Amino acid sequence: MSDRDGARVDALVDELVAEHPPESTPDQELWGAQYDMGLAWVWHPEGFGGLGLARRYQPRINRRLEDAGASTENRYRNLLGIAMGAGVLDAHASDEQKDRWLRPMFTTEEIWCQLFSEPGAGSDVAGLSTRATRDGDEWVVNGQKVWTTLAHVAKWGMVVARTDPEAPKHQGLTYFIADMTSDGVDVRPLYQITGEAEFNEVFFNDVRIPDANRIDTVGAGWRVALTTLMNERVAIGGDSPPRGSGYMGQAVEAWKESGSDDPVLRDRLLHLWAESEAARLTSIRANELASAGIPGPEGSTGKLAWANLNKEITAFTTDLLGLDGTLYPDGYELVRPRGLSQHGPQKAFLRTRANSIEGGTSEIMLNILGERVLGLPGEPRVDKDLPWTEVPRG
Amino acid sequence: MADAPAISYAPSEELDLIRSTARQFLEERVPMERVRELMMSDDGFDDGLWKEMAGMGWTGLAISEEHGGSGLGYVEMTALLEEMGTMVTPGPFFASAVVATSAIQECATAEQGAGLLPSLASGEAIATLAVFENARRWTPEGPSTTATSDDGGWVIDGSKRAVLAGERADLLLVPAATDDGLGLFVVDPSSEGVVVTGEPALDPTRRQASVTFESVRVPQPGRLGGGDVTAALRRVLALATTALAAEQVGGAQRCMEMSVEYAKTRFQFGRPIGSYQSIKHRCANMLMKVEHARSCAYHAARVTDDADELAVAAPLAGSIASEAYVWVAGENIQVHGGIGFTWEHDAHIYLKRAKASSLLFGDPGHHRLMLGEALGI
Repeated sequence: MSDRDGARVDALVDELVAEHPPESTPDQELWGAQYDMGLAWVWHPEGFGGLGLARRYQPRINRRLEDAGASTENRYRNLLGIAMGAGVLDAHASDEQKDRWLRPMFTTEEIWCQLFSEPGAGSDVAGLSTRATRDGDEWVVNGQKVWTTLAHVAKWGMVVARTDPEAPKHQGLTYFIADMTSDGVDVRPLYQITGEAEFNEVFFNDVRIPDANRIDTVGAGWRVALTTLMNERVAIGGDSPPRGSGYMGQAVEAWKESGSDDPVLRDRLLHLWAESEAARLTSIRANELASAGIPGPEGSTGKLAWANLNKEITAFTTDLLGLDGTLYPDGYELVRPRGLSQHGPQKAFLRTRANSIEGGTSEIMLNILGERVLGLPGEPRVDKDLPWTEVPRG
Repeated sequence: MADAPAISYAPSEELDLIRSTARQFLEERVPMERVRELMMSDDGFDDGLWKEMAGMGWTGLAISEEHGGSGLGYVEMTALLEEMGTMVTPGPFFASAVVATSAIQECATAEQGAGLLPSLASGEAIATLAVFENARRWTPEGPSTTATSDDGGWVIDGSKRAVLAGERADLLLVPAATDDGLGLFVVDPSSEGVVVTGEPALDPTRRQASVTFESVRVPQPGRLGGGDVTAALRRVLALATTALAAEQVGGAQRCMEMSVEYAKTRFQFGRPIGSYQSIKHRCANMLMKVEHARSCAYHAARVTDDADELAVAAPLAGSIASEAYVWVAGENIQVHGGIGFTWEHDAHIYLKRAKASSLLFGDPGHHRLMLGEALGI
């Protein structure tokens, strides 16, 4: 494998940090320059934050930037935009739309959120009820969304709405980018079992979205939504963090601090360590094969594996606390989370319950593995060809 | 805790060739009908097949070229073993070409190796490591079998169990306690005082025996290497665990394929059973466990030269692949329902292989203890 491209991105990163020394350049200015040099999403075309190179060079760029002291925190601060929104725009948006949105997304000047799930449409997101009706050059949107991370600080929201209720459910959807600061958008905190509100519920009351903010054609919303979800699952399950990091590292540390030599707990810890390492090695192997152009089944298992493991590991770490595990030191204050705070074991135990729900439930992930990877037949779908208005709901 | 070394898992033309050649040979020469004949036969194997395998270069795969082998490593050996696992290939290959071969390579002097390895490479001789004595002890330390120095040679007393291919072996490699540490002795099973008793095996495709040694005389050069071989034998067992994991991955993969195939074609209540989530999710979980086991097995096979990493990777592969194979082989029977419980169906052959393999070089709990030792947990 020739690594001319690797040398090229290395040289560009060096040039970027030479021209904009990280220690004296404001983060947003540096991110802007990074975008302009095509080092934001290196696989995007030139002019849209990329260089048209293989996606696998991005982690290399990020590492080199971090080594030079540059912040890559925008990827977390604007996670939904940078990990998912950008992929949607790259695949489906017009050049004008990309020009308008990509750069301020990358610099975090404009935060993005995703508005898919509804109280009545979780796993079956294609059955959603939020309506968009056309009015001249605008669309008028009414409905309710839930589980909307970052909606309270977002400028833009990726909305899927129903534009043709008489079509079967997958065919009557259209994808829009909504200005979250426009009239009629009501964002309320949605408190979770931890007592924190990472998420929101968002109400649309006669919200007007210009037709220029429509992504792809009318009725193509499901296809665009799938692009978003695929990017989401890559973002959630595709990581290969260092060995023994994250919740696993915390569990090992807690075990050592506890001074316990209980053989049952030790075996449970080692079991979790082994399962985590197996999942981690699988991500690494999948990434290597994918970058060599051999996508295989090992790539689809990450999100599912980590959802289970995170739940089990945090339960273990809470068990280690014994009676202390019956306490909840932060209290249930019903607050917005204070940044990306470190979760104590009890809060982590509670928070990870969502890992098998968010970004596709584990049941849906198992369906995907069974049907798309193993080729097993689907369930008969009673709603597939019915007009959406005739589908039973409740 | 150090991060794992960066390893390449990318397939190569050479590995693909080993796999496809092995698969073709095994499908033609040892298909399931033949596996069934062999597993019910007295010997559990036949010499003609052994000669053919030797002719393919398999018995000498991991032996250096100067001793008549091909000088390949564990990456290649485990690729072959994965295929053998897929086909539950019976016989002494694992015992002789993998475990005993590595015991000689790790323990013997160059001269001793030159004397023993060529006949193993050519398949003329079959050797096996007779290391286990207690049902639940998988470490080589402190055997009750002893070797006493006597008249320029050694006298061995004791007994061993779970000696793979014990009845077929031409050479027994026997760890025994001596005055100066753990020794490894080459014993001719036809020597006076050696009694080899074939045991009825849970997995009839992999035969085993108990062996007793009563005042068995071994000439002086029969002790391999110089001093204590504890560390070397621990490495041999780690390598055996690594090799076995590859075989387990192959078997688990085949069980998953059987289930998926059946779930697509078996109809109940008017539709394929694979369309029901109870079956579909079971199959998807099989896939996840197989892929995890594969990742661990491939990783271990790629770090055999890195002692610190092998100390983590081998027990990791041993515990994950053992549990995966036993679980997948069991679920395979459940997916098949009534037919899966019959003698006629192949599912039981895999379950027996899976269960017995999960106890051979340490049960998963033992592997986790070894892992904890390496990690300081």
